[in-house]
Amino acid sequence: MDAEFFAMGGYAFYVWASYGLSAAVLIANAVLPRIREKSLLKKIAQSAREQ
Amino acid sequence: MDFRWLHKYASPRDFYTWSLSLVPWLAGTCAVLFIVGLAGGLIYAPPDYQQGESFRIIYVHVPSAWMSLFIYMVMAGAGALGLIWHVKLGDMVARASAPVGAWFTFLALATGSLWGKPMWGTYWVWDARLTSELILLFLYLGYIALQGAIEDRRIAARAGAVLALVGTVNIPIVHYSVEWWNTLHQGPTVTKFDAPSIDTSMLIPLLIMSLAYTIYFFTIMLIRTRCEILEFERNTAWVKQRALGVEVG
Repeated sequence: MDAEFFAMGGYAFYVWASYGLSAAVLIANAVLPRIREKSLLKKIAQSAREQ
Repeated sequence: MDFRWLHKYASPRDFYTWSLSLVPWLAGTCAVLFIVGLAGGLIYAPPDYQQGESFRIIYVHVPSAWMSLFIYMVMAGAGALGLIWHVKLGDMVARASAPVGAWFTFLALATGSLWGKPMWGTYWVWDARLTSELILLFLYLGYIALQGAIEDRRIAARAGAVLALVGTVNIPIVHYSVEWWNTLHQGPTVTKFDAPSIDTSMLIPLLIMSLAYTIYFFTIMLIRTRCEILEFERNTAWVKQRALGVEVG
């Protein structure tokens, strides 16, 4: 990992923007459904106890 | 034909249970493939003789583009199972797949744009490949909007499945656009009848990344389908029990 690697032969912006955007979308799409599932289970449990 | 066996194997409850044990394995495999694929693509693959280091965008662009088409076929196929054979799980898989497919289509367009600027001199051009991929994004967004607009989930699923099936006409157009029309977008390098016109040292990381993306999709699709099951079957005894069990445990 050196400056040359990060410079990407002068294409740093295009290469890292592509990888960064992809990483952001993939991470968000992995985390959000897990949060949704947990909150759904919580809500269903809550209403089940109230019955 | 008798399709009752399908309903037996496609029971949401069974799906929920086996997906719980499958997801950790898929996620682990996916993580390993991503690390190996990224190392191969960013470090071990040599720079392209024409495009230099900018060609490395291929490792996030092409898998996204392939997934945008693959997920559409999964969505339309699952929708057809729900529409024609009334497999509820099919509706749920279709609904769960659509947003992931839309995001991959967005990534294919965005990373393609970031690749186009240094290589073609423009972020966007209305050529056949780019335009048909944009239409694919609109098909996904139309499907998602339809799911949000129709409150009755069964009617929403049916309408969505019809839209998805009609939209499959766009899939071969995206795929063959670079052969049927003169496009600024380059022609196929991997899926050719003769040997791929890409060196093995560059091809292997691409195949590993594509496998990582595919497993990623199935992992997320399973989790999202579980959410659909929880929402759809929230009033059933087994869902309530599971929710309470999770709460207590």
